[in-house]
Amino acid sequence: MPCIESRGLRKTFGATAALDGIDLRIEEGRIVGLIGPNGAGKTTALNAILGLIPYEGQLAVLGRDPWAQRDDLMRDVAFIADVAVLPRWIRVSQVLDYVGAVHPRFDRSKAEGFLAKTTIRRNSKVRELSKGMVTQLHLAIVMAVDARLLVLDEPTLGLDLLYRKQFYDTLINDYFDGNRTVLVTTHQVEELEHVLTDVLFIDRGRIVFESTMEDVESRYLEVLVHPERVDAARALNPLYARQTIGRSILLFEGADREQLAALGDVRTPSIADLFVAVVGGAR
Amino acid sequence: MKALVWSLRRELWESRSIYLAPVAVACAAFVGFLIYVVHSPAKLAASGTIAQPYEAVAGLLMLTTTIVAAVYSLDALYGERRDRSILFWKSLPVSDRTAVLAKASIPIVILPLLGFVVTVIVQLIMAGISSAILAARGLSVAAFWEQLSFGHRSLLLFYHLIAVHGLSWAPVFGWMMLVSAWARRAPLVWALLPPIAIAIVERIAFNTSRFGHMLGRRLSGSESVATSVPGGMMMDPMTTHVTAGRFLGAPGFWIGLVLTALFLAAAVRLRRYQVPN
Repeated sequence: MPCIESRGLRKTFGATAALDGIDLRIEEGRIVGLIGPNGAGKTTALNAILGLIPYEGQLAVLGRDPWAQRDDLMRDVAFIADVAVLPRWIRVSQVLDYVGAVHPRFDRSKAEGFLAKTTIRRNSKVRELSKGMVTQLHLAIVMAVDARLLVLDEPTLGLDLLYRKQFYDTLINDYFDGNRTVLVTTHQVEELEHVLTDVLFIDRGRIVFESTMEDVESRYLEVLVHPERVDAARALNPLYARQTIGRSILLFEGADREQLAALGDVRTPSIADLFVAVVGGAR
Repeated sequence: MKALVWSLRRELWESRSIYLAPVAVACAAFVGFLIYVVHSPAKLAASGTIAQPYEAVAGLLMLTTTIVAAVYSLDALYGERRDRSILFWKSLPVSDRTAVLAKASIPIVILPLLGFVVTVIVQLIMAGISSAILAARGLSVAAFWEQLSFGHRSLLLFYHLIAVHGLSWAPVFGWMMLVSAWARRAPLVWALLPPIAIAIVERIAFNTSRFGHMLGRRLSGSESVATSVPGGMMMDPMTTHVTAGRFLGAPGFWIGLVLTALFLAAAVRLRRYQVPN
């Protein structure tokens, strides 16, 4: 059974289609990045998957209909919509008490273990914690839930570099066990791409690209072309071309590595560059 | 059930005024009573004035719990959207129905009961002090208790709080919670506007004010016909008759309960569909 499967998933707000027929299949045990420009439908897609909004078309998350079986689904799904949503009035001990009481899959000792590595005090209120500490607290709660699917929507928005890095390190080292599925959206792809197993590009409510990271590495190559070889390189029909300081960078799909090496320095493109080539090139 | 109980606790953690305000007012009223005792000790056992401080305390606490209930109801489903914490609550396996029911039970069940307990405790302490003073002056303590009829008075208070504050006013609090689930800002204004608009339209269209009177009767508690009180608001235990049969038999009572259920169901639905951005 796939973790998430959709066919013709649509969501319209008035006349605009935020999701315009999404076909998707995410297997269990993957770490999937959902990348897209602002307004592409990332959050709408996640909201549909989390049962927060009704939708048209077929969608199954862990074999359930997320809108109709939302309360049941939330036992197996954890999500961080934004780390800034922990209520500011609550005490650390209270939030642990509450989640422990209402969530059958919450392991309090595990959360305490994560918190022991931080300087967060149990009797502090969330409003007294720094932004980084609130993130740590939210992560400690979410990671102590034995969920099968973890959904993160821009989890590091507004965090400084140090905490962003720490966030993903903790997630991968302490949480991901190979069985769970993680679906994450972010603007800062570069700090995430080394942990992903799969990548999805979404644009104007449609999935425009999907691939495993292994396939990305084997199929796509980027060449810093020597100035005198530019015409020869362009003749090989690159997917996308851009200029940096005095150099042309061309992105090829399915090209021969040996052949490209003769034109300049060959490397694997970053997800951000691939995104610009795929989404920007299509526009 | 466990989720409901813990969600209730959660509400008490968040809105500590639910219990702090009644306790603070009770303390203030008690200080007032002490001054009264020192100032005019003769009134303690006089038949005309014996009940006055007790009624004053009960009335003050009713006013307090009502204000707290209204303020709470208007913020209950609005505040969690404003600070976006609803996204955290919705990440937990607690249904919208459980969350709304827990919140609705604060003004409809918890506050009337809390008001009763606090009132009775303060009144007991007051009566104890009065007894001690009367005994010290060689007056009859037994006659004082008989005149005060504490047990009967408390039962009547309990009945009044359940019948009027809980059941009769439930649709008002249900309405406030619906508005708090719906309004993007200023829930107080949105809670007041529709009733005022209805009253104005009715006045212009039919030159009547039935809606306003109906609302007034419900808020003043007299529509509940829960008791027959000769001579006004004050409930003298000797003359007030509980008319629970008439109260339960009145169609207005049942219409109110149906309205409460409809308002709360709509609030659940709104909470389910609305996602803050």
